[in-house]
Amino acid sequence: MTRHIISIGDFDRRQIDRLLDNAKRIDAQKYDKNALYGKILATLFFEPSTRTRMSFEAAMARFGGTSISVGSVEACSMAKGETLADTIRVVSGYADAIVIRHPKEGAARLAAQFASVPVINAGDGAGQHPSQTLLDLYTIRQSMKLDGISIALIGDLRYGRTAHSLASALSLYHAKLHTISPKGLELPTSLHTELSEKGMEVTEHEDIRDVIKEVDVIYVTRIQRERFPDSASYFNVASSYRITPELLAGAKKHAIVLHPLPRVDEIDPRVDQLPHAKYFEQSKNGVPVRMAMLLQVMQ
Amino acid sequence: MKKQENPDEGLLVRRIQNGTVIDHIDPGEALNVVKILGITGTTLESLSIATNVPSGQMGKKDIVKLSNRELSKEEVNRIALISPRATINIIRSYKVCEKKGVEIPDMIEGLVRCPNPGCISNTNEPIRSRFLVTPKGLHCTYCDWVIGRDITSYII
Repeated sequence: MTRHIISIGDFDRRQIDRLLDNAKRIDAQKYDKNALYGKILATLFFEPSTRTRMSFEAAMARFGGTSISVGSVEACSMAKGETLADTIRVVSGYADAIVIRHPKEGAARLAAQFASVPVINAGDGAGQHPSQTLLDLYTIRQSMKLDGISIALIGDLRYGRTAHSLASALSLYHAKLHTISPKGLELPTSLHTELSEKGMEVTEHEDIRDVIKEVDVIYVTRIQRERFPDSASYFNVASSYRITPELLAGAKKHAIVLHPLPRVDEIDPRVDQLPHAKYFEQSKNGVPVRMAMLLQVMQ
Repeated sequence: MKKQENPDEGLLVRRIQNGTVIDHIDPGEALNVVKILGITGTTLESLSIATNVPSGQMGKKDIVKLSNRELSKEEVNRIALISPRATINIIRSYKVCEKKGVEIPDMIEGLVRCPNPGCISNTNEPIRSRFLVTPKGLHCTYCDWVIGRDITSYII
């Protein structure tokens, strides 16, 4: 049976732990540099991407494999009206695995349905982005045990797929969740209910300062300007969710700040110098985690 | 045990010689049952509908009679989504030859449209919508959207 990675919800805790253990071994350079020699990875990105795409390609190159892509969406046959199903069937004939990012939710599941090679979801609309979640977990695990951590999710929690997937995954680790988001961008009620039903303690706050002393992880997401009627109201809201050295002065010593990037105004650049700042480490971790994912589906 | 249809019902809806009688439909759901079965003004079935008729068990109920068509198991089970108490009577030569309840299916395909406009199942892809039937409602297997209530509004 073809192995796909579509949603973090398809993983149980044991499977996540195993994949993160493999990523750790890879990170320590304990891997076969030719593990995927002669294999081809197709990267189908129908939406812009910098980190995800480059880190998948870097991951493939580290194993001695090759990546191919369609270039821009305008240049591919979907611009001529070809269905995704047909594109996937065709690309299955060219590559040994497919990484896909697509604006429609469920696109990766559809791709898995039509592909004859493994499919990895690199983000489908507001839906799933499992590789980001796995590298988030990996980064947290580098600093502390995942079990029972207290995490603050800050920013756009309504549309932020990375926050949704991370919250779901952390429910497997008995984490305590604190949410801080502007009005209208709160965690969807359905997800809130689902997490509570899984036994996760979820608390909403208006201000990060209410919980800064007790959280182990501060996970910041970008508040998109287009969600607001005008620039003034955006800046007003965005500034009140900004992470600064002054705010972090009240944080636990071992607390870490994560952000899936790109950041705009959410984190003061002065925070970059603090030991709390782990977002560039997090981004770098995309390579070993995605290497572990490629090995899992292609070997 | 085979039994005759209640002759009193004939006063309201004529007995049929061959076909299917869907009885004990939740009151007000008969037209949705017809919709689920894909019956329109252009299909060939002879159709009788009674709504809000008195029922000993239910207080009120709807009944749908379809001449010359016996429903498949899949069609029967789709009815369970909106009317889980419905019973199906297969009629041959005016007699009830088979009587069965409906079972809620584990999965339904091509029957309900996903309400999420961003779902891949609402595009021109060569797929049918697909939902898992869960205690919370219908769960889209593509985008994970859950239709918790008002399922009939999304019937294709």
